Amino acid sequence: MEEKIPAVMMRDITKRFGSVLANDKCWLNIYRGEVLALLGENGSGKTTLMNMLSGIYFPDEGTISIDGKEVTIADPSDALALGIGMIHQHFKLVDVFTAAQNIVLGLPGKLDLKEASRKIREICERYGFDVDPEQKVFDMSVSQKQTVEIVKVLYRGADILILDEPTAVLTPQETEKLFAVLRNMRDDGKAVVIITHKMHEVESISDRVAILRKGHFTGDMLTKDTNAQEMTNMMVGRPVELNIDRPEPEDSRPRIELKDVTVRDEEGLLKLDHVSFTAMSGEVLGIAGISGCGQKELLEAIAGLQPVEEGSISYIEDDGKHEELIGKDPLDIKKLGVALSFVPEDRLGMGLVGNMDLSDNMMLRSYRNGKGLFTNRKDPHHLAEMMVDFLEIVTPSVETPVRRLSGGNVQKVLVGREISNAPKVLLTAYATRGLDINSSYTIYDLINQQKQRGVAVIYVGEDLDVLLELCDRIVVLCGGKVSGIVDGRKTDKNEVGAMMTKLGGVSE
Amino acid sequence: MFDFISFIPRAVMQGVPLMLGCTGETITEKSGNLNLGTAGIMYVGGISGVIGAFLYENAAGTEMNPFLTIAIPLLCCIVGSILMGLIYCFLTVTLRANQNVTGLALTTFGVGLGNFFGGSLIKLVKTDIPSVVLTRTSQAFSRTLPFADRLGWFGKIFLSYSFLAYVAIALALFASFVLNRTRTGLELRSVGENPGTADAAGINVVRYKYLTTCIGSVVSGLGGLYYVMDYASGVWSNNAFGDRGWLAIALVIFTIWRPSVSILASILFGGLYILNVYIPTGTNLAIKEIYKMAPYIVTIVVLVISSMQKKRENQPPAALGLSYFREER
Ligand SMILES: Nc1ncnc2c1ncn2[C@@H]1O[C@H](COP(=O)(O)OP(=O)(O)OP(=O)(O)O)[C@@H](O)[C@H]1O
Ligand SMILES: [Mg+2]
Repeated sequence: MEEKIPAVMMRDITKRFGSVLANDKCWLNIYRGEVLALLGENGSGKTTLMNMLSGIYFPDEGTISIDGKEVTIADPSDALALGIGMIHQHFKLVDVFTAAQNIVLGLPGKLDLKEASRKIREICERYGFDVDPEQKVFDMSVSQKQTVEIVKVLYRGADILILDEPTAVLTPQETEKLFAVLRNMRDDGKAVVIITHKMHEVESISDRVAILRKGHFTGDMLTKDTNAQEMTNMMVGRPVELNIDRPEPEDSRPRIELKDVTVRDEEGLLKLDHVSFTAMSGEVLGIAGISGCGQKELLEAIAGLQPVEEGSISYIEDDGKHEELIGKDPLDIKKLGVALSFVPEDRLGMGLVGNMDLSDNMMLRSYRNGKGLFTNRKDPHHLAEMMVDFLEIVTPSVETPVRRLSGGNVQKVLVGREISNAPKVLLTAYATRGLDINSSYTIYDLINQQKQRGVAVIYVGEDLDVLLELCDRIVVLCGGKVSGIVDGRKTDKNEVGAMMTKLGGVSE
Repeated sequence: MFDFISFIPRAVMQGVPLMLGCTGETITEKSGNLNLGTAGIMYVGGISGVIGAFLYENAAGTEMNPFLTIAIPLLCCIVGSILMGLIYCFLTVTLRANQNVTGLALTTFGVGLGNFFGGSLIKLVKTDIPSVVLTRTSQAFSRTLPFADRLGWFGKIFLSYSFLAYVAIALALFASFVLNRTRTGLELRSVGENPGTADAAGINVVRYKYLTTCIGSVVSGLGGLYYVMDYASGVWSNNAFGDRGWLAIALVIFTIWRPSVSILASILFGGLYILNVYIPTGTNLAIKEIYKMAPYIVTIVVLVISSMQKKRENQPPAALGLSYFREER
């Protein structure tokens, strides 16, 4: 394999953004007929390096060769002409266009959407996708958008394919489907690069891994010759422990009690169907379920952001006094000490203001605290600095606008702010979406710290392994109903998996 | 009875400058450039035409070539408008200056430029009235179809206009066709909606922004030319054009960025503009003044209603007013 000429050869690539050195003399070989996993912590320069292949950024130094010939990629059209197709971390789709319009965008020739739709259907059939060419993008779910992106690249006949964290927003089932397609393409002789933070994905899909650390290339090797621990150590630069703590809950008492909560969405579909459970203080309660099973609605109902059709949600104070939350203003609920941290699929769209800097984004939570007319700027600034330290957020300073940060670092800001801000109850969903392993573990630590302080944590996650290691109890949802409540220490993946797909699972 | 047969042609003539301004601004905005300089560009289009016509009328004396009589002012108007478009693009696209500020500055600049040259020409002709009169050019511009008069009310309502009016309608229809049916239109819209996506798809964002803004400026500028040469019968007086440029910008929102809709919408606004002349108000001048407010009141109401629009297709281009730089995120 080694004698093959690499499809892409990047040599001594350096890229700076002002004072930030995003890539420093990076080397990279990408081969045809192989899937390469590009690994690295958040902000280590993976996206930047790939963007230089796709023509979005232009390298300050270094050379790029395609099939052994040195090339200059000055803009995206050069990259497209070389057969390089990239699926970006944040979707590159025009919301008001249909799938077909998005797919043919930028191609030469007469505009013939009928013919395009026919070709799109053909591609979908061949690879087993489900795309409606006439559907508008704003009507699509995240995974549908992702599919459109993939079809777009295939439609152009790209044979060097780059996917920047395509699985961050996909469910495990969707991910499996995507991987089947990628294997298909690899066997077709295409070169595939995938960026992901999930080690088990790296092990299942890739043939080779390349690792970046703080903008430096630290090496590449065949996937079969390495393991998660070694890769993580190379990414972080020191040995890291891949274990999640689970301290025994202490002094646990009921904090939030749900009784027969029923919620319908705007279209009148039943999202939660008579859900009942109790969340205890000093405990991490996991919520498991196939995505879209009502997890979002559940958290929003507790936070007062979602109208509840029937049932009751009560907040129980230390002295046992019940306080009904339904019908309360979200602000009042927050005042009770309930914090919601929901990491949306579209990270910048919700919860953060891209143009504001870190400490101002912290202030979005606390601007009401302050004397009289004035808001308190000092505390948020302090909090931002602490967060940067503790979560190792890669940023030139706390005065940097959030949109400049790398995808994962944006998210650390969002999650950090909410988690550090939960006096009594912490509702968190997909907290580690798009975070590198090291930061994910930091977040788990942070959650455990809150738990030990007596906070009742409700944790919605996709990764079953994590749920099983982190949570004291797990509520399994299935189609909006509670399929069962299990003890995190005693159950296993199979049991929870079965309960997720079938009410009550197989064990009952 | 309300005299529709004479009202409609006047409304159309009022509407044509708005239509041109609106079409020009719509295609500009489709590229993501919010050009508030349109009012100034229409001024410059007008005065450039006037300068051309003035020079030619004086140079040619009595023997005016009918072709040049039209071509020279037209060409001057186009050049003047393109220059304004280029200034706007250079500032906002190349230097990435704030679009609102640039547009407002351009309007102030355009109106000032118009008044400056207008004033100078008025000084040159040394008349008592504060205006330049270009009767012969105007006659060439406002020539209508010869048989229109013979067709009664039909001729009067549909055929009694000069060529620029028909050009305005054709341009609006053409713009609508290009935007909705062609690849160029698709690419242009993608630039205004999401330049990052357009760029990643290999579309030259800067070129699209420059080209459409300049073409849009020319179309708007023609509105200014039509106003002086046809509507005002070749009489330029300072500030006579008024606030039509701003109405054109408001019309863009009213028509939800659809040039084909702008044809009827501008005629409607043209009608509102002159309503006060056609509704008998007797001697009570106060009421007349209230009627004069009609276009502005309708504009306010329309802006309120259209800002309540929720449908995704009816929103402004998503990246309207934002400058784009590939390496910025
Ligand atoms: N356009 C830009 N302007 C300024 N700084 C930038 C820009 N793009 C990237 N950076 C900086 O370069 C560094 C590398 O960012 P990059 O997006 O490549 O990281 P990444 O490895 O993809 O991380 P993640 O896993 O979080 O997506 C970060 O510190 C980021 O803040
Ligand atoms: Mg990235």
